[in-house]
Amino acid sequence: MPEKLKVSSNPHVRSKATTSQIMAAVVIALLPATGFGIYNFGINALILILVCIASTVLTELLFELLLKKPITIGDFSAVVTGLLLGLNLPATAPWWIAVIGGVFAILVVKMLFGGIGQNFMNPALGARCFLILSFTKIMTNFPDVGDGLSGATPLAQIKAGNSVNIMNMITGHTSGTIGETSMIAIIAGACFLILIGVIDLRIPGSYIVSFVIFLLIFGGHGFDGPFIAAHLAGGGLMLGAFFMATDYSTRPITKFGQYLFGIFLGIMTGIFRIFGPSAEGVSYAIIIGNLIVPLIEKITYPKAFGEGGERI
Amino acid sequence: MSKVKERLVNGIIKENPTFVLTLGMCPTLAVTTSAINGLGMGLTTMVVLALSNAIISALRKVIPDRVRIPAFIVVIASFVTIMQFLLQGFIPTLYDALGIYIPLIVVNCIILGRAESYASKNPVIPSLFDGIGMGLGFTFALTIIGAVREILGAGEVFGYHIMPASFEPIRIFIMAPGAFFVLAMLTAAQNKLKTVFAAKGKDVSKVGSGCSADADCSSCSESAACAHKFIDTDAVPGESLEEGAKRREEEIKQNKSEAEDISADGTDSEDTDSDDADVEYIDIDDLGTDEEGK
Repeated sequence: MPEKLKVSSNPHVRSKATTSQIMAAVVIALLPATGFGIYNFGINALILILVCIASTVLTELLFELLLKKPITIGDFSAVVTGLLLGLNLPATAPWWIAVIGGVFAILVVKMLFGGIGQNFMNPALGARCFLILSFTKIMTNFPDVGDGLSGATPLAQIKAGNSVNIMNMITGHTSGTIGETSMIAIIAGACFLILIGVIDLRIPGSYIVSFVIFLLIFGGHGFDGPFIAAHLAGGGLMLGAFFMATDYSTRPITKFGQYLFGIFLGIMTGIFRIFGPSAEGVSYAIIIGNLIVPLIEKITYPKAFGEGGERI
Repeated sequence: MSKVKERLVNGIIKENPTFVLTLGMCPTLAVTTSAINGLGMGLTTMVVLALSNAIISALRKVIPDRVRIPAFIVVIASFVTIMQFLLQGFIPTLYDALGIYIPLIVVNCIILGRAESYASKNPVIPSLFDGIGMGLGFTFALTIIGAVREILGAGEVFGYHIMPASFEPIRIFIMAPGAFFVLAMLTAAQNKLKTVFAAKGKDVSKVGSGCSADADCSSCSESAACAHKFIDTDAVPGESLEEGAKRREEEIKQNKSEAEDISADGTDSEDTDSDDADVEYIDIDDLGTDEEGK
């Protein structure tokens, strides 16, 4: 069938990058955060991450074998999904949570909508929200990592009006999901991705800037440095902004659309964190953002030369 | 009698309002949090549907065409009100569980749809059984959806705990998103079942219905509303060898004349589509002669 499709004769810019190279780069960029998560939370974190990756890859393989479709697990996208999902689980979760999440991410969010490039929302985040809604207690049971906060995440502490140790939040010695705690490790991985050109700063930058502006206006603390720093370093904001909002298939294509997308994410995250009942809101903000991407594409659709404008 | 049976089968299987026609989605998605809620909603709707179908059918020559929709609604709303008071009086627990969705049966599109497309054009008895068949199909679908959601989301079915104690309920299935997941999966499953049955030669669409596999769909009065045309025309299950050979012969003749038409035009000969058609035509030809030889 593909050979019947005719590609137009325009000069096309071809990139040498392949899907598997890009996905492998994302995996490498996630290694610092993964390593720190395992160091911070212990061996169960490693088991969870491995189970997640195994279940996503196996689900994709079995689905494609059963439906006699070309096998696409070689492109590492299932590995990235599994790794991101693992980093989004609390380290106390039992192994079957990882299996359910992995199967849901690949089967329902990705493969049923057509496989790689066709998923309408980030599979890892879709699965995380599925798990949070299904197993709220397990998914919010964060371990005590010996920082005297007894298992509450820093954001929950802020929400309760307590003070937090900003330095611990930046290095990552706090509670939370496996991969979200260390701002330094995530930024290191993100710098690598930006340097080799896999992602750019449009979405993460506009996301974080608009979130900070939202906090300044509606945060209720005015220009309070530690408060803003804690919100930036706490929760899944960094992981979400650099690794999940920038997912190629669920972000807008045009540059202007990407800025709009980032601003929307910042505002939604602010609304969830400040006005919502729970302390965290990055994952919901990103999947809602994923859902409005088609609308953003529609309003930022570039006009062809000669189209539009006034008639003389 | 065959008409009655045909209407029942049509409502339950052929044109199942939930899985095939996807009508009445609002109560389907909203109240199926448990099997008993689905069953209650389905039966309530069935009673309203059957009675309103019968009354509307009886009044079909009285109701002026221009005001038929308001007239239908008045009839339907009367029965819904009766059902609401009956439920409130005799099954208050179900009444509380279904809540706002009982009065909303008035605007259930299955009921108005059947009144408009069947009861207003057909005699009373078939209309009554059309309502019962559609209602049973709706009840069946809602109960199944409710049971699946209850098992996964609470580990129970009809309130009885059936899953092992170690089973952690997947709460999302008794929340709104779960309704969509279960409905989609069950619809896909019944579509798959139908194609499997059709391929095996057990024609599900043929059971007691007015149309038969070897009849041409274009001559059928229900062709526009029929969801199973593709089964009839593609698989042709249940026909004998001689019938098959005859039919193929006819198809071959048709193909030949079409091919001649195309070659006479001389324009489409290089088109890939007509190439495909040629290959298919040769295959069928071989098959037909083999069978004739036997």
